[in-house]
Amino acid sequence: MRRKTGGLTPLLYVGPAVFFLLIYQVYPALQTIYLSFLDRRSETFVGLTNYKYVFTSPVMQTAFKNNLLWLIFFTAGTVGLGLLFAILVDRVRYESFAKSIIFMPMAISFVGAGVVWKFMYTYKPQGSEQIGLLNQILIIFGFEPKGWLLESPINTFALIIVGLWIWTGYCMVILSAAYKGIPKELVEAAAVDGANELQVFRHITLPELRPALTMVITTMLVNVLKIFDIIYVMTNGNFGTEVIANRMFKEMFQFANTGRASAIAVVLFLMIIPIMYANIRQKLREG
Amino acid sequence: MKRSVFVVFSVLLVLALSLGASAQGVVTMMGVWGGQELEAFEEVMDAFTAKTGIKVQFEGTRDLPTLLQTRIAAGNPPDVAALPGPGAMKEYVEQGALVDLNGVFDAKILNEDINDAWIELGTYKDGLYALMFAADIKSLVWYRPAEFAARGYEIPTTWAEMEALMDKMVANGDTPWAIGLESGAASGWVATDWIEDIMLRTAGPDVYDQWVDHEIPWTDPRVQEAFEIFGKIARNSDYVYGGPVTVLSTNFGDSVAELLTDPPRAMMHRQASFVTSFILDANPDVVIGEDVAFFGFPMIKPEHGNPMLGAGDMIGQFNDTPEAAAFMNFLASAEAQEIWANRLGKLGTNNKINPAVYPDDLTRDMARLLNEADVFRFDGSDSMPAAVGAGAFWEGTLMYVGGDDLADVLEFIENVAVDSY
Repeated sequence: MRRKTGGLTPLLYVGPAVFFLLIYQVYPALQTIYLSFLDRRSETFVGLTNYKYVFTSPVMQTAFKNNLLWLIFFTAGTVGLGLLFAILVDRVRYESFAKSIIFMPMAISFVGAGVVWKFMYTYKPQGSEQIGLLNQILIIFGFEPKGWLLESPINTFALIIVGLWIWTGYCMVILSAAYKGIPKELVEAAAVDGANELQVFRHITLPELRPALTMVITTMLVNVLKIFDIIYVMTNGNFGTEVIANRMFKEMFQFANTGRASAIAVVLFLMIIPIMYANIRQKLREG
Repeated sequence: MKRSVFVVFSVLLVLALSLGASAQGVVTMMGVWGGQELEAFEEVMDAFTAKTGIKVQFEGTRDLPTLLQTRIAAGNPPDVAALPGPGAMKEYVEQGALVDLNGVFDAKILNEDINDAWIELGTYKDGLYALMFAADIKSLVWYRPAEFAARGYEIPTTWAEMEALMDKMVANGDTPWAIGLESGAASGWVATDWIEDIMLRTAGPDVYDQWVDHEIPWTDPRVQEAFEIFGKIARNSDYVYGGPVTVLSTNFGDSVAELLTDPPRAMMHRQASFVTSFILDANPDVVIGEDVAFFGFPMIKPEHGNPMLGAGDMIGQFNDTPEAAAFMNFLASAEAQEIWANRLGKLGTNNKINPAVYPDDLTRDMARLLNEADVFRFDGSDSMPAAVGAGAFWEGTLMYVGGDDLADVLEFIENVAVDSY
């Protein structure tokens, strides 16, 4: 027998969640939007001045440009490499070992990874002992050491590689699980019909992986828009490596300009919303 | 039960203390000191109480600017307080909160004991509003006396001599300077210290103040000149070890190590007194003062004399009570400053301090250098709005050393300055 539920009962279930959502999500978001129209000390109304800064100042344009580079190369890199590894490790006997190794950087914090990679890229002038792996390799092959984190745009790519190192394992694990879920019969049937590896990949693997791919891609996109720690630790946005989130941090905590920091936060928030929407829709569809 | 008794007792004690604050024979003071510094200052306060019978109630806070401003606004400032810096001092004068110390100090202190550089630093709008209680200095060039002697290098006292020395070093196959600008999220501050030191010597303290307050633009030829003198060294692979890429990539604490290799990779390093801790961390056997020593950053234009860049403890008086006046006079005395200098190795400003109280020869030398300085100025970037002093100025120096055009760099900083002041 089904008990009738109604009246206040649903509210009792949902209530606490909604309450905390209001306090910790909705209220801060509205407050940030409000602050973005005020000056640095949140005292006087300044209209769209802060937004004008976000969209027209040279430093923010550098940040947008770099976030676009990150968006393209980080997302393509993590998802592409993740997919490649997912398929490759499926075919070897030491699969779990290989997967553990590739996934391992995920266990390190961004800040930790930034510090580790700063050593990888360390520059010492020719003639003194190199402590950076990359420059030592260059020297072995007779090249001059290079300031990897100083030259734009190489430095942004040097930073993106750190991001790839961390996140590729995550993409691989998710895609690998989905890959193993593809029914064997489908692949065998295609093979019987005479499809080659590439055709199987194109017409069976990819369509079957689509839900997992969408999930991974949207997660990576959100990640990349918020990217902060690596840049903060390794270059602090100097030498043309600035990104939106690092600028937001600087304006807020170093320059004490609440208005500008809030405006950047709002713009970042608006950029993330469509991706979040796609992500949630995908999850609902799966559920 | 015991706990509640304790709570009641503490509340009563606090009440008693705050009532006592307005009583006779008491001076209230606010400052940032804690730990070792507070212990040293307690000795200073005890000595004052022993001498005069006046008690000092010290309130320590790490958030001095906020708390002090709140108390001033509320109309009950402490009798005496450490001031966050020259900028804050001027602000408090504008608010009418500070007592003019010309009417407080004994004539002997004003005329004999405290050098003009300190009087000038505490002077604003014809009044003296701050006592420099102690200072740290930054205009130091570190070198290895033995290596200098072996090569016949003489310590330069003017910029012309410095340039001649640099060229002599290059001709001998030595590299004059080691510079490292990397400092994580604060990268660039080392270069701003260099440029401030140069600016003080090429443009003089008045123009320096105008520059710090943004009364002259960053594109001013005098600012440009200071950048260029720094750039002549930092952008030139002959004058600086490893050239600009090394300057930009090397951590400030690591760069001094180039002096200590055998043979040294660089001959000189400009840095504040704290660099000794980095030297000792990397080379515990080095004897500071013998193996590595310092000389003052030389004067550049004789008309601007021999200035000193640094930081220090400024103290101001907010309430005109006889007790507070007595305490200020005591703080200005050699007796009080000797305690502080002896316990902490800080440099006192009273020229009657017995040099024997300094903990070592190195500190004695610094004290001598400080006493010889004609002018003292605080680190300018600390007094600028953060978006400039801890933002565009830092970043601009990195851009400049990295090879950007100076005019572009200065315009970049100027644009940030225009909307930050």
